[in-house]
Amino acid sequence: MGVLMNSLPLLSILTLLPLVGAALLSFIPPEKIKFVRRFALATALLTLGLTGWLWCHYDPADWRMQFAERAVWVPSLGIEFHLGVDALGLLMVLLAAIIIPFAMLASWKITENPKLYFGLLLLLETGLFGTFTAINFFHWFIFWELSLIPAFFLIKLWGGPNRTRAAMQFFIYTLVGSVTMLLAFLAILSATGICDFVQLADLARDGELQSILFAKLGGGLFKTREILGTVLFLGVFLGFAVKVPLLPFHTWLPDAYAEAPTGTSMVLTGVMSKMGVYGFLRILLRIFPDQTRAALTPLLWLAVATIVFSAFAAFAQKDLKRMVAYASINHLGYCLLGIFAVAQVTGTSVNGPLEKTAVLNGVMLQMFNHGLTAAALFYFVGILEQRSGRRSIDDFGGLRKTAPILCGLMGITLFASLGLPGLNGFIGEFLIFKGVFPLATAAAAVSTIGLMVTAIFILTLIQRVFHGPLPGGTSSANSGAVDLTRTERFTVIPIITLMFVLGIYPQIVIALTNPTAVQMVQKLAQ
Amino acid sequence: MPFILKILWLIPVLPLLAAGISALLPRGSRRLSATLAIGSMFISFLLACSAFMATFHASRSVLNFSWFDLADTSVRLGIVLDPLTVLMLVMVTFVGLLIFIYSLGYMEHDENFGRFFCFLSLFAAAMLGIVIANSLLLLFICWELVGLASYLLIGFWYHKPSAAAAAKKAFIVTRLGDIGLFLGMIWLYANTGTLLFYDNGNGCLEQSALAKLVAHTTIGGMAVSSVIGILIFCGAMGKSGQFPLHVWLPDAMEGPTPVSALIHAATMVAAGVFLVARVFPLMSDGGSLLHPAVPLQVITWIGAITAVFAASIAVAQNDIKRILAYSTVSQLGYMMMGLGVGGVAVGMFHLITHAFFKALLFLGAGSVIHGCHDEQDIRRMGALRKYMPVTFAAYAVGMMALCGVPLFFSGFWSKDAILHAARHWPVSIVPFVLGIVGAFLTAFYMTRQMHYVFFGQKASSQSAPPHESPPVMTIPLVILAACSVLLGFIGTPAWPWFESYLSGEPVKFQLANFSATAGLMLFSIIVVSVGLGSGYLIYRARVASQALDPLEKSFPALYHLLGQKFFIDELYAATIVRLNGSLAKLSDWLDRVIWSGVVSAIAWVVLALSVFSRAVDEQGVNQGFDQGCQTVRGSSRLLGLWQNGQVQRYLRVIGAALCLLVLLLLWGCS
Repeated sequence: MGVLMNSLPLLSILTLLPLVGAALLSFIPPEKIKFVRRFALATALLTLGLTGWLWCHYDPADWRMQFAERAVWVPSLGIEFHLGVDALGLLMVLLAAIIIPFAMLASWKITENPKLYFGLLLLLETGLFGTFTAINFFHWFIFWELSLIPAFFLIKLWGGPNRTRAAMQFFIYTLVGSVTMLLAFLAILSATGICDFVQLADLARDGELQSILFAKLGGGLFKTREILGTVLFLGVFLGFAVKVPLLPFHTWLPDAYAEAPTGTSMVLTGVMSKMGVYGFLRILLRIFPDQTRAALTPLLWLAVATIVFSAFAAFAQKDLKRMVAYASINHLGYCLLGIFAVAQVTGTSVNGPLEKTAVLNGVMLQMFNHGLTAAALFYFVGILEQRSGRRSIDDFGGLRKTAPILCGLMGITLFASLGLPGLNGFIGEFLIFKGVFPLATAAAAVSTIGLMVTAIFILTLIQRVFHGPLPGGTSSANSGAVDLTRTERFTVIPIITLMFVLGIYPQIVIALTNPTAVQMVQKLAQ
Repeated sequence: MPFILKILWLIPVLPLLAAGISALLPRGSRRLSATLAIGSMFISFLLACSAFMATFHASRSVLNFSWFDLADTSVRLGIVLDPLTVLMLVMVTFVGLLIFIYSLGYMEHDENFGRFFCFLSLFAAAMLGIVIANSLLLLFICWELVGLASYLLIGFWYHKPSAAAAAKKAFIVTRLGDIGLFLGMIWLYANTGTLLFYDNGNGCLEQSALAKLVAHTTIGGMAVSSVIGILIFCGAMGKSGQFPLHVWLPDAMEGPTPVSALIHAATMVAAGVFLVARVFPLMSDGGSLLHPAVPLQVITWIGAITAVFAASIAVAQNDIKRILAYSTVSQLGYMMMGLGVGGVAVGMFHLITHAFFKALLFLGAGSVIHGCHDEQDIRRMGALRKYMPVTFAAYAVGMMALCGVPLFFSGFWSKDAILHAARHWPVSIVPFVLGIVGAFLTAFYMTRQMHYVFFGQKASSQSAPPHESPPVMTIPLVILAACSVLLGFIGTPAWPWFESYLSGEPVKFQLANFSATAGLMLFSIIVVSVGLGSGYLIYRARVASQALDPLEKSFPALYHLLGQKFFIDELYAATIVRLNGSLAKLSDWLDRVIWSGVVSAIAWVVLALSVFSRAVDEQGVNQGFDQGCQTVRGSSRLLGLWQNGQVQRYLRVIGAALCLLVLLLLWGCS
């Protein structure tokens, strides 16, 4: 069994599985709604099972890309089909595989063309898997863009009242970033003939990449190596900065998250936002280490601004979905703070590598944890909206009386998001701060404002929505707020359990991420 | 390694399991939840007692373990068994057990009875976790969980907006302090590479780490150890309600009274004091007997200010629990001051004695509130000693212990130890003076409260007659009262068992030590008598229950200032809360106007460009093209004439051409 499994192109199968599912889905007659849903969910769960198998068979001691597949594709252009995962990629694949069925269950009641909806979700999953497993720019970029299309249609067709504008904004913003990134990589490809991330990273580490690029592309506008490097860096940077997002490229996000249907918001925040962080970690930091280092101070402070401003902006929101959306920006801000701090030159400091390893472990944990927590939060807000038809913070009150289980579980999720120790959110933030503090003390210290303000807006949310008297004094005003149904409980309890498990015993993830983090730090060594 | 150390983890884990199980139980299972909570607490108490026995022989033993890997090392947590831990363990489990039992009676009619015991157990677990932690990280984790439990319990009656607001305020204000603690923790981690307190010479509280910390200096030339110490103290300030982070504690009285007794008087608020005691080697790092380290000076000053500040507010409060809350803040100030001037033993002794008599006072107040049908305003009480004799007697013991009535009450000995140490503090005499003023105020406001509640006349506004509480509530009162008296004798100057136990030395009985402190003792007895006497004289005259407070009559402005708590809440509302709101609005505005504006501007530019290019297309390219087309069309129309399909015309043209050709040929040939 094991030998057989090992000889199979597992990552390709994994990536194609949802695609095949989506294709088969199209043959089901649309009136068989139940079968459509079950088939889609079964596909997603099968995918999750396969991912689980990969997780169990990943060898943490081996730092190389595992489950690797490699085939020559377009030799004249240096394009290879190259797949593989390290702990970072595997963690993201697992996250996507968890969130997609979760989002399907959250969209169970969708009546408007469910066949297309579930098909698009599966297609999106393929895009995500492809992005997180590709090592060659060529097909990585195809999947990167492929994930954009289903997301666009999911917002555009099933979204809220302002969905057209939101979907358009989302699409164009992301596309602009993609275009600049594509141009930068085309330049690199034309100069070096390489578009394999690992090879490029190796070149960049030795400092050869810049010389080759300058030899081929220098002159004209690009008078010096630095200018050329910076331009290419900015092109790639923009693509990821929009996706995460980093201030000030974030204004598409609250609209998109707020207008998207619940299930889509969950995937957007849970997994798609990680594509940007993943890109920073896997691509930008590795291929442009010198440029990141050169721009370190502004980058760090942009991350700090992202953390602080988005926390304050979340506090100012009335719409619960927008509030959670801003909270999402805030949490990913910590990841970016960590990633930029890792670029810091530590020179001969003995503790430098240790601190950087802590940061990278923290960033990976934070990505995974945020995926779970933020998706669950959107799930709960979606339930509130579905029950009452409203989602402003002022529309509720005393919900603990009428819906104690909903409030209990959502409360746990909110506290996980706040970073309460014992739940998953804490470990990532602790490790990030632990490492960033010695690397970039002032930035870390100012960022703690974000921790403070997060507590304020989350507790305000709890106070307004769960506590106090029932609105209007009568129970009829709140009659929509029925407690969680059995299905809903079974949907969310695995996620909540995972929050506890990761909060209490993070070693199960760190056992995998730690060797990868050590490896990344060694490759970045400066 | 003593066997008890191996099972020490059970002490917090048992209540944690009880909390977990009762969280999953259906809401109706009241009896089971209470049984689980009380049973687990009882076992923890027994374990704590056996741990107490173990510490007589060995001074300190630790059990460290790896939590998760980090690079080629790991992040380690640990538990520690030493006198400091064990004292707290015994105190928390014992007081906790009594309060759990008391809650059976007090919360009997509450619909969320089971949930209450779930939260209480969660609290106990987290508090016991703080106590046994041998790692600042584990301590911090439990510290935050204690905050959560406190939040849940203050907001237990969440349908009351005031309770919901108070819970939020408590969490946020303590979190403000916790951010300091968090920063201190990661700074300490960065500098020492470990967060374990004791680790065979490699812990962060041990010599090598401390020497490293004091050798480095940072901003303003302060030693790193001082800065870290002050940051950690920020956390303690939040939890222990030190000025200016005390604002949440009086509001926390919105919670059920057993919660106020357990969490906001006896144990949780003392966690800050315990934290300082735990990291005392760090706090005193780099200091000497004549020049105490900077963090200790800060602690002393903050403590002394808090002691007087809160005591003066307590004078003008009318809510029975709020008076006790401000009294708690004031006593916590004493404990901090005690740590600052006298070291661990002095501060901790007051912590322990205070835990008993303040729990007693709160439970007594709960009994009063219960008996008066949820009345909390002392102006609407009176003459209760006739209706509630047991409560009255127990309350009187607690009151005298708090005031420091000499010799027979524990508060006298513990407070005197603090004042004695403050008297000899080399930096300044002012904390001592503040301590004396605080002692006077304490005696005064407690006399006032006693008079209002138990003496005077029965208030006319009371509808049903007050009644004594059931035995399940009064028996814990009696036990606590007994402890409030007896505990004093373990820490007298003549037989300082408490101090010797903490330092691990054999205790000696020396009557001669009394003479060294006799003068000060006499002085403090006079101060307390003046406080009690003036309280008695001023309030003796007040007979009519509707009359104004005599102080209010004499000093209306001062009384108002104290009654409004020096307007600290208003000050916060006008500054920090408003700043926070403005920043939130600013961020939102930045998003909506500036960042969106930039994007919109870009969109507009793009739109303008497209309009322009369209114009160019229309006017330039298209028109040229159109003209070209027109020309072609004109000429084609012209050409079209030649082929309009009229055969006659074709023939006519052919005929004409033929004629022309003939003519030409003829002309050419000729």
